[in-house]
Amino acid sequence: MIEIKDLHKSYKMGKNSLHVLKGINFNVEEGELVAIMGSSGSGKSTLLNILGMLDEADQGSYTLDGVPIKNLNEKLAAQYRNKFLGFIFQSFNLINYKSALDNVALPLFYQGMKRAERMERSMAYLKKVGLADWATHKPNELSGGQKQRVAIARALASDPKVLLADELTGALDSKTSYEIMDLIQKINDEGRTILIVTHEKDIAQMTKRIVNLKDGVIIDDRKITQVRAMQDV
Amino acid sequence: MFSLERWQEVFETISKNKLRTFLTGVSVASGIFILVVLLGVSVGFQNGVEKQFQNDAENIINIYPGSTSIAYKGFNKDRRIQLTNEDYALVNRETDQEIEFASSLYQIFAGLVSYGNESGSYRVEGILPDYQFLEKADIIEGRFINMNDVKAKEKYAVIGNRAKKDLFKDKSPIGEYIEVSGLNFKVIGVFTDPGGDREETRVYVPISTAQIVFGAGTDIRSMGYTLPKEENYDLALKQSNAFAAQIEQMLKSKLQIDPKDESALFISNNIENTKEIYLLINAMKIFFWGVGIATLLAGIIGVSNIMLIIVKERTKEIGIRKALGAEPLSIVGMILHESIFVTSVSGLFGLIFGLALLEIVGPYIELDFIRNPSVNFSIAVSTLILLIAAGAIAGFFPAWRGARIKPIDALRDE
Repeated sequence: MIEIKDLHKSYKMGKNSLHVLKGINFNVEEGELVAIMGSSGSGKSTLLNILGMLDEADQGSYTLDGVPIKNLNEKLAAQYRNKFLGFIFQSFNLINYKSALDNVALPLFYQGMKRAERMERSMAYLKKVGLADWATHKPNELSGGQKQRVAIARALASDPKVLLADELTGALDSKTSYEIMDLIQKINDEGRTILIVTHEKDIAQMTKRIVNLKDGVIIDDRKITQVRAMQDV
Repeated sequence: MFSLERWQEVFETISKNKLRTFLTGVSVASGIFILVVLLGVSVGFQNGVEKQFQNDAENIINIYPGSTSIAYKGFNKDRRIQLTNEDYALVNRETDQEIEFASSLYQIFAGLVSYGNESGSYRVEGILPDYQFLEKADIIEGRFINMNDVKAKEKYAVIGNRAKKDLFKDKSPIGEYIEVSGLNFKVIGVFTDPGGDREETRVYVPISTAQIVFGAGTDIRSMGYTLPKEENYDLALKQSNAFAAQIEQMLKSKLQIDPKDESALFISNNIENTKEIYLLINAMKIFFWGVGIATLLAGIIGVSNIMLIIVKERTKEIGIRKALGAEPLSIVGMILHESIFVTSVSGLFGLIFGLALLEIVGPYIELDFIRNPSVNFSIAVSTLILLIAAGAIAGFFPAWRGARIKPIDALRDE
C-alpha cells in the first residue's frame, strides 16, 4: 500500500539546515496497523506529514496504492488527500461551528457528493463510532474522547486507503485512550490500513508492527503480538 | 459559484458565525448608509443654495431709472428719469443681440386687493407674458397672461400662491373676481415662484391694463431681459455685458443723459451674481464628492481589513479543510462567495435605509440652505456595486493568501 524509498527531508533554520529525515525506507501492506515511535525530534511527525502529503520530501520516492506521489500541485495534492487519506490529529481539529454530523460530512462535500447522500453516509459513520445520538452537537459540547471519535468518523467518511493518526491519544486520559484504540483496532480488523504516530509504549503495543525512529533513521522495525485494548479496560 | 452545495455551505457558515457576519454587515451597511445620506445632503444643499439665490432667471438683466447726477445738454442735474413704452420698444427694435425673453414692468408696491371679506396689501405688477420666465414663475392653476390680454387691456389677474391662500383659502380662484384698487379683475391663473412667499404675494396684470388703472400713461418702472443660454459661463458673461453696455448707450443717448452719469440708469446684470453661486455650488460639490470618496475609501479599507481578520481567524479551519481535500480554488471561492454575499446584502440594507431616510425625512427638511435632500438612485447603486467589487478585490488577496497556507502550518496554528 505504501512504499517509501530513501526519503530525505531537511528544514532550513536561518543559516543552518536541519536534516530531519536521513534516508527512510519502509513499506506498509494493506490491512496493517503500524505504530511509528520515537522521541520528539526523531522525525516521526515529519514522516507522517510527508505520508499525508501535507509536506513534501526533498529526495526519495513515495508510492501510495501504486500512485507515485511526486511533484504534486496543490490541487492534485488536495484531491489525493481526499481520495486516499484520512487524518486523525492529536488536537482533533474539528471545525467548531459545525455539528458533529457536518464535520464528518466535510470530506464528502469536497468529493462533490450531494447533501442528502452526504448526511446519510456521515450518520452511518457516526453510528459506527457510537455517537449517533450526538450528531447535532457542536464539538465544544463533546468530551475529548467523543471529539476524537467524531474525528475518526470524519477520517473514515471518504473511505480512504490509509488512516494517518498523529498522537491520537495525546490529549486523552488512559481509559479514553484505550477506548479509542479499541475503536482503531476494530476498524483495522475490517481491513483498513492504519498508521499511528505515538510516543506512548502502551499505545504502540496495541498495533501489529512498531517502527522505531531515532535521529531521522529507522533503527528498529518489527512485527509484534497485538495487545487488545479492551483487555486493559 | 452558483452550485447549490456551495450556497448551502456559505449559508451554514454565515448563520453559525452570526457575530462575525453581523460586524462585517454593519460596517458595510453603515458605510453605504453614510455615503447615501452624504450624497443626499449634498444634493439638498445644492437645491437650497439654488433656491436661495435663484429666485429669478439666472441671466436676467434689469434696467431701472434713477436721477441724473451730472447736468447735460441744458438739463439740470437731479433730473428724475422716467422710462416709457417707447424706450422699451426702442431697445427691442435697435439691439443687435438676440433676446430670449423680454418684459417691461409697471408696478405699485402696496395695492389693496380683496376678495369677499378677505383683503391684503400686495404688490401689483403690470407685465408682459415673458415676465413669467424672467421670474421663473410656474403656473399651478389656470394660465399666465398672454399677448392678447395685453393688447385687449383685459382686467385679468394672475395671483401668487400665497395671495391665493390668503384670499381664497382652499377654494379655486379661477374665474373669480378680485378687487384691485377698486376695480374688479378676473383671476385667470395661480403661480408659484422659487422666490417663496415674498414673490408669491404678487398679483400680475397685463401692463397695458396696469398703466390705465394706475394712471401711468405710457410710463414703465423697469424692463428686464434674458439672452439665450450660452455654452459656458465666460461667453454668457461676455454677451451679457455687451448687451448691457448697448442698452445703456442707447437709452442714455435717447434720454439725454451724460454717458458718464452713473446714477441715472441702473443696469443690474444678474449673471455676475450667478458666478458666485456657481462657484459656491461647485466648491460644495467638490467637497461632498471628496468626503464621499473618502467615506467610500474608508468603507473599502474597512471591508478588506475585516476580510484579512476573517482569513486570519479561519487559518486553522482552512488548514483542516485543505487536509480533508479542499482545493485552493475552492478555499478562495468559499471566502469570496461569503464576503460578496455578506457585503451585497448588508450594502443593500444600508442603501435602502439611506434612501428611506432621505425619502421620509428629506421633504421635511426646509432649512435655509438645505432643501429636499435626495439622491440619484443610479449613483447610489453604482457606489454599492463599486463597494462590493472593491470588497471582493480587497478580499481576494487575503483569500488567496489563505488558500496558499500549507495545511501543516495552519494545523499547527493554535
